Amino acid sequence: MADYLVLAISCIFVNNILLAQYLGNCPFLGTSKKMETAIGMSMAVIFVLVMAGVITWLTDTHILKPFGLEYLRTISFILVIASLVQFVEMFLKKSIPALYAGLGIFLPLITTNCAVMGVCLINIKEEYDFLSALVASFSYAVGFGVALIIFAGLRERILLARVPRPLQDTSIGLVTAGIIALAFFAFKGMV
Amino acid sequence: MAKSIVQEFTKGLWAEIAPFRLVLGLCPVLAVTKSVENGIGMGLATTFVLVCSNLLVSALRKNIPQKVRIACFIIVIATFVTIVELVMQAYAYPLFQKLGIFIPLIVVNCIVLGRAEAFAYKNSVVASVADGLGIGMGFTLSLAALGAVRESLGVGTLTFWETPITLFGPSFQPFSFMVEAPGAFICLGLMLCGMNLLGKK
Repeated sequence: MADYLVLAISCIFVNNILLAQYLGNCPFLGTSKKMETAIGMSMAVIFVLVMAGVITWLTDTHILKPFGLEYLRTISFILVIASLVQFVEMFLKKSIPALYAGLGIFLPLITTNCAVMGVCLINIKEEYDFLSALVASFSYAVGFGVALIIFAGLRERILLARVPRPLQDTSIGLVTAGIIALAFFAFKGMV
Repeated sequence: MAKSIVQEFTKGLWAEIAPFRLVLGLCPVLAVTKSVENGIGMGLATTFVLVCSNLLVSALRKNIPQKVRIACFIIVIATFVTIVELVMQAYAYPLFQKLGIFIPLIVVNCIVLGRAEAFAYKNSVVASVADGLGIGMGFTLSLAALGAVRESLGVGTLTFWETPITLFGPSFQPFSFMVEAPGAFICLGLMLCGMNLLGKK
């Protein structure tokens, strides 16, 4: 049990997917202008990442490895993720319309979110067992949400500040992200 | 046809240089630019995928149905990424290890999918190849530039083909912050600011 706790903390804070592993930066900058969209995106990522992590782990262990097809990993993972996202979208639209309305346009965007694909590949690279892969996927997704929501909160404040013209928008956003990354950098060596 | 082939190529180098102007595909830009060499390697791998996927998508553009086009693009891109992965594993193993999971992640690089959707699906084969080459070279240039700044400040060297060139005297204290994650974000932010200053407007 303690092992899983350590793994969770290391995935959320120490190896934060956005700020330490540099994955998923497009939605990080794209959906962080408003708190509302940031929360929507975080929820969608948590939802999809856990499912994708588990399913790609199963695909890899039970289909690709026994048949020696590891070289097809990239293609099969992206197909699994793309069809999973599509499937989740249809399922939610039909049975949980409230959640679907909440996640809205963020679901299809997740297909090309490299955080999802990245975590699936990390799970395989680190040779996690099934439960560790599940815990790691969930914790990475939570870490994504934490970083995104902190960033969105800061960006809403920046809108009110006077920023020099060439620095406006993305440029100041990246510098702010760097400062948050510096804060997360302090967790290094904790686990 | 307003633009010539040359224009399609050169627009990717400055006017529409992908990471800076469109702010797409930032993950590899931040992650692999610890040294110039990694940056160039990643840039060239992405360029190869871009050119090939643009070529194939535009050649097949009349046969790909509108509704499933994204899925088709992804399969085309994933195929070329697998090729790059296998070739690099065979002939450039040290670089392959340094770039790690960022090689398979070219599949989800928004620049590649973005060009297939926005350009190759609507234009002729020759123009698409020129566009892919231009955007790819622009991407490589940005990676190399960011890598050069980060490596020279963070380690004090510039590495080309595994031979580091020391830039500063022996008393130089490496600014190791630059090769870590926070340095990547701040450095890219400041370079973007510089581009805005130099650019139009």
